[in-house]
Parts: sequence; structure tokens; C-alpha cells
Amino acid sequence: MATFSIEVNDEKHEVNVDPQMPLLWVIRDVVGLTGTKYGCGIAQCGACTVHVGNTAVRSCMFPVQSVGEEKITTIEGLSKEGDHPVQEAWKEIDVPQCGYCQSGQIMAAVALLREHPDPSDEEIERTMTNICRCGTYNRIKKAIKQASTRV
Amino acid sequence: MKKSVKTLNRRDFIRVTALAGGGLVLGFNALLSCSTQADEGKVINLNAFIKIDTDGQVIIMNPNPEIGQGVKTSLPMLVAEELDVDWTDVKVEQAGLDTQQYTRQIAGGSGSIRESWDSFRLAGATARAMLIRAAAAKWAVSEEVCGTEKGAVINTQNGKHIPYGELVVSAASLEVPTDVTVKSPESFKLIGKRVANIDNQAIVTGQHKYGIDTKREGMHYATIIRAPAFGQVLQSMDDRDTKNADGITQVIQFDNKIAIIGRSTWEVFQAAKKVKAEWKDEGVLEDTTGYQEKLKLALSKSPTADAKRKDGNVKQALSGASQLVELSFDAPFLAHNTMEPMNFFAHVQQDRAELHGPIQTPERTRTRIAALLGLPEEKISIMMTRMGGGFGRRLMSDFVEEAALVSKLAGGIPVNVIWSRESDITGGFYRPMYSYRYRAGVDGQRKLVAWHHRSVGVGAAAASADSFPAGAVPHFQVDTEVYETPIPTAPWRAPTHNFIAFSEQSFIDEIAHKTKQDPVAFRLELLEQAKANPVGKVSYNPDRFAIVIKKAAEVSGWGKSKGDSVFQGFAAHFSFETYVAEVAELVKQEDGKLKLKKIYCVADCGTVVNLSGAETQLEGGIIDGIGHAMYAELTLTKGKADQTNFNNYRMIRMSEAPEVEIHFIQNGEKPTGLGEPGLPPAAPALANAVYAATGIRLTSQPFIKSGLFA
Ligand code: FES
Ligand code: FES
Repeated sequence: MATFSIEVNDEKHEVNVDPQMPLLWVIRDVVGLTGTKYGCGIAQCGACTVHVGNTAVRSCMFPVQSVGEEKITTIEGLSKEGDHPVQEAWKEIDVPQCGYCQSGQIMAAVALLREHPDPSDEEIERTMTNICRCGTYNRIKKAIKQASTRV
Repeated sequence: MKKSVKTLNRRDFIRVTALAGGGLVLGFNALLSCSTQADEGKVINLNAFIKIDTDGQVIIMNPNPEIGQGVKTSLPMLVAEELDVDWTDVKVEQAGLDTQQYTRQIAGGSGSIRESWDSFRLAGATARAMLIRAAAAKWAVSEEVCGTEKGAVINTQNGKHIPYGELVVSAASLEVPTDVTVKSPESFKLIGKRVANIDNQAIVTGQHKYGIDTKREGMHYATIIRAPAFGQVLQSMDDRDTKNADGITQVIQFDNKIAIIGRSTWEVFQAAKKVKAEWKDEGVLEDTTGYQEKLKLALSKSPTADAKRKDGNVKQALSGASQLVELSFDAPFLAHNTMEPMNFFAHVQQDRAELHGPIQTPERTRTRIAALLGLPEEKISIMMTRMGGGFGRRLMSDFVEEAALVSKLAGGIPVNVIWSRESDITGGFYRPMYSYRYRAGVDGQRKLVAWHHRSVGVGAAAASADSFPAGAVPHFQVDTEVYETPIPTAPWRAPTHNFIAFSEQSFIDEIAHKTKQDPVAFRLELLEQAKANPVGKVSYNPDRFAIVIKKAAEVSGWGKSKGDSVFQGFAAHFSFETYVAEVAELVKQEDGKLKLKKIYCVADCGTVVNLSGAETQLEGGIIDGIGHAMYAELTLTKGKADQTNFNNYRMIRMSEAPEVEIHFIQNGEKPTGLGEPGLPPAAPALANAVYAATGIRLTSQPFIKSGLFA
């Protein structure tokens, strides 16, 4: 066990955990923010995507000790009112079915648009590798394009 | 359809059970308001579906479990339509299991909309009638001159209006009217519109709580270690290292399982890996390759059960046919892979139990839990959380029973039992394996005269008796049987249909090609037969079926050349009272590999309730159907699942999803469900396109193994 001082969504937290504990579980079970989801635990599905600094990471395989000084942003911290252009586009295109994968999808999409503000279909497909069992992929693609006109 | 009940006393419990051919299954006490609340509270229950507070906030209850099929939006829309409130002013709340107020609180069989269409609208219309009566009394005018608009009663003579919030107290004290009629479709304002998922804001901000997110004061986390292989029993365990691991509070052995309880999910997951358990093989540990052989053997023998359907004399007709066509198909086990792994919160105390989590069948589950814990049902509460997918896995209640037992055995603690993905995939309840064999006979005029379906399923029967072309073929027989297995199987999105459609629609395509007929024209001719000379029971409406098929051919440009490298395949299937036709369009690349580009889809689900929801269900079902047909299988070696997580159980990803174009047939018929019907035709449409492109007939899944795809 060790104590780590991490900043999640602009709030500081002291957490006393196993240094190997993946950030996902620190966020969910220790900090108590449950918007970030568990889907596979092996960096395959992307349900656990958060931003460490400006980078999208699959937090289920990212040990808390690797966070360092970087600030963490989860879906809850993306915007105050839930009105980030990507969130807005998600609502307008009505993307979610069960919704479980969507916070990870949104976090991945925000990072994508940071890199490629006007992404091609190819860029979207190459970057957006998160799994959605409900099959919302086409609406996700559409929402990313819609958001890209506004970010 | 009966729309009202003649004698209805305030406190009566009158349940109108399903009428012949209909689906009025509203518990009629659901329409009763609660006057005591009217006296005391600010929020008034007008009936089990509608609460209005005195400030005018309208809350509509959703009694059915939401698994991503959209009922938490579409069912309240039915109520809101009749209540005549602005959708943007409505809040929707999820109801827990309440068999006094509601019936059919279940997510399954694409049935929620179909079964609730009349009753939920009636609930809205009844409340509206009471609000009108209250306003009329206040104004001392006849009810005839009163109308409603956007959450208010309007006096049509003088334009005065009173918002519902100001009427709700007096309305709630009125007798429940029994002569209420619902709107005619021309006056729908909401039904048929594009309405976004009611929980979108909560979902996109990460605020929505799924079962796995449940947290309570003093709550523990737990996970379960199961036998590594089906057929193994626990001999002994050494939990010394585990018990002392950081964050672990208890290790409990029960029912051939071990529960690890602790203070965080990760800690219990980690500790579970450290338990040293000895498992002993009991009986034969089965292989899926072994099953394949056993199924083949079963098919080569005469059926052990009576025919499921028998029209005419198939044997004779086959031997007299001028051309025979034959094909066999095999289906693998599939895991459900809901994105939210199995989990449930349980708090079992001496005299009561609280259960909270993702379950498609709360009522049946409560009965099981009551028996398991020896508690009366009324002492058990079940709250259904929004589910990160169901697909049939959450029709089962094994994971709820486990959670209840763990809570009880651990000393009545509140506990959230969470499965790892590995447990979720290897822990069973698979879509059954199937083996099908079809034989058809065609006469000299290229007419299909005989059809024999012979099948066997591991764990569950594999055939349906009345699936098209049943009714269109004079000699038609379905023989099916079950191969018993210790591997737990379960319904999986569009049960049976998910493979019936693939095999049947591929076989129809095969017959059409072998007899040099256009696959669409061939289907239409069969439907003509079913209409003109129906043989035995015809479960589908040939006209509606034909309209869907023709429209799909039209919108996809069927039969028209789209260039040398573009190929199409056709499939149509009737399931859960919904007609769906799909055309798959693929491209043969320069290297000869195939890439699926697009699916055209035409559906007749009667009246579309929520256009956005309806489209997304079909699109999702199609992508899901393509994904599983292309990539998925669950195999077993010596009783042990070979696939353990998404690194070796392949799920479709965005770059592999086809474009989807959807059309609805607008015919004003009663609505049917869409959670499942989009899936079955997708795989055969693709397989038939592959045949068109290569002459190769895909008869087993996953298709990726064929090596034909890019
Ligand atoms: S939970 Fe992290 S990628 Fe699946
Ligand atoms: S919306 Fe259900 S898994 Fe993506």
C-alpha cells in the first residue's frame, strides 16, 4: 500500500492503495466516481477510457502509480453541464442504447477530436476501437462528425 | 379490444388478463389513484403510471426493465401521448418490481411495446379524463366543452385553461372512469416522432447508475470463483494467502463455488486469482468438437421425437421430386457478452431482502429468491437498474441467487457481487449449438413441393414449426430434438430465430440458385402460394411479408448492376410479429477478398412508436447479427471455455460495421417490437451475398474462418 495524491476532475484526492491498482478501480471504488466503466480489464473494450493529461488511456490497465503529476479527467469532469460538443452531439444523434459503453466512447472521441479536429472516416475508424455490443457504431461516427464542426 | 372494465370499485383488484389474440395485460388496480396521498403529499399518484405534483411536474413511471431496447422512453411515450403533456415537460422514473400495480415487468421476446400498446395508452387516457372531469367541475361546465393541451385542461368555449398541477388533487379523489377511449392515430402528436433516449443526459455525463455502480453504506464487494471446467467439483481449497491479502474480509465456500469478499472490486478480483483450489473431474468433460460429431450422428438417425410439424408426405414428395437440394448448417455456442458484466447487489437480513441490479425477469427471480432464502415474496424487494445490455443473459437469475446467498452467508452484509469478464464469458449460459439439415424437392415447373428440416440442438430445441416457408409448401416437415448437456445454455437475442433465419434463408437462396430463379421472385412466389393455397397453419401474413420484401428489393436496387465488384444477398424473416427484409451489399476487392459495405433494411413493425428508437434497434440488431456471424464462437476443450475475454472472443468493432439504411412500412397496424427482429436476417443476407460473389455457400459460423473476408 502507498499513498498517492491524484487530481481527478480538478479535485485532489489522497488515496492509500496498492501501487498496482489500476486507475479504473481507484476512480470507481476509492474516489467513488462510477461513470467510468469496467468491461474487460485487459485494455480491449475501452469502456474504462479516461484522460490522463490530454491522452485517452484505458484505465483498467493503467496502474495508479503511473499517473504521476498528470491530471485525470473522467466523463463526469468533461463539462460542468454535460454540454461539451461531443456530449451534445451524442444527445442530438441519440447514440446510446444501453449506454454502458458510452462514457468510454465519448472520452475516446474527445481525445480523437483533439488530435484530428476534422477527422476522416478512416481516422475515426482507426481510433475508435471501443466495443459496443448494442451496435451503436454508425451513430457514434455520425456524432463525432457532427461534433467536429463545433469543437 | 376491450378498452374498459364495467364495474370498477376504487379498492378492487381487477386484473384483466390477456384476451384472446390480444394483449391487454394491465393490472386494473394500476388505474386507481391513491386518495390518502392526495390529502397528504405534494406529489399525487393519479394511477400507477402517472404522478403529477401540484406545481405541474408530470412523472411517468416505466415499469419494465430497460436493457437498451428503449422501453424507458417508448413506454412512457404511450402514456404521455394520451395524457396530452409536452414530452419535454415529462420526467420518467423507473419502477421497481411491483406485482400489485403492474403486470408483465419483463424484458424479453420483443414484447413490451406489443403488450403495452393498449393498456399504457389507456392509463394515460384515464388520467386525462379525470383531470378533465376535475376542471369541468371547477368551471361548472360540461366535460364536453373541455379539451386538453400541453399539460392543461382547456375550456374550448372561452379559451381558459387550468394546468394539471392545479387539478391533480381533486382529480385524484374522483371515481376512475370506465368508459375512456384512446386517441385515433391521426391525432397522435408524439407517437411516431423521433424521441431521444430519456436517459441520454445522465448517460453522457456518466451520472446514470447501472447495477455495477451500486454503492451503499457498509457495502462490500465480492466475486465468485467457479469450477474452471463444466463438470468439475470443488475438492478443497487453501485460502490462507487470500484471506490475508489486502482488502479481503471473507472467503466463503458454497455450492461448488468460492466467494471472495472485500472492500474493492480489484482487490477481490486479484485475491480470486490467488486461491489455491483443487477441482476434481466428475463424469466426462465435454468438447465442442465432440458435440459436433454427436450432433452429426443424431442427424443421421431417425428423430427421437414426433415431428414438430408435418404437412403432406415429405418422404414421398422428396422421392418423387425432379430436383433435390440439400444443405447442412452448424451453429457454435455464443456467449452473451453484455458490456456490463453480470453483477447484483444484495442485502439479506433475517426477515427481509433487498435486491438491486440488472435483471430482465424480476418477478420470476423474486419467486426463486423467496424459495432460496425461505422468505415470503413480499419481504423481498427488487429494483431493476438500467442494464448494460441483456440479450437474454439477464433472463436467468443465477447471478441474483448467488448475490443473495453471498450476502446471507457472509452474515447479512450488503454486498455487490461482480463478475470479471473472464467469469462472464467462461461461466456458461450460452446460445445453444445447433446442427441443421435441410432437404428440398422441386418439381418440373421449378416449384418447391417438399421441405424437410431436421435439426438437433445442444441444450435446447433448435427449430420453429411455423417459420416461412411453412404454409407455402405442400409437403413440409420439421423434426427436431435436444441433445442434453451439462453446459448451461440460455436464450440469446432472438432465440432460435438467430440461427433459423440464417439457415432457412440461406437454403431458400440455394434452392433459388439451383433452380435458376431470382431469390426475391422465388420468395414472392412462395408467399403467393401461402396466400392462395395455404398449407396447414400460416403464422405470418403473406401480404405484409411480400410488401416488406418488395420494398427491400426496391430500395436496394436489387437485380440492377452496381458494377462488377458489388454483390448483393437477400434475406427476410418474420419474428416476434415483425417482418424484416434485408439486403447485404459487399464489395470484392482487387485481391479477391470481400468487404461488407451496407445493409438495406425494411421493417414492418406496425405503427412506429419512437422513430429514433426504432431505427437504432434495427441498426444495432443488424450490426450485432453481422458481428456474431462474422467473428464469434465459444468453444470448449475438456469442459473448459477456450475464449476468456475480448482478446480471444472477437466482437465486431466500428471499422467492421456496415452502413445501414432503414425503411419502415407505414400501415397503421398495432405496433410490434424491434429489440430482436433486425438481427436474424442480417447473417443470411451477408452469406447470400458471399454466394453471389464467390459461389461459395457459408454454412457455419463464424464466417471469418472461411478466409474469404478482407
Ligand atoms: S475495461 Fe478497460 S478496456 Fe475494457
Ligand atoms: S450502447 Fe450498449 S454497449 Fe454500447
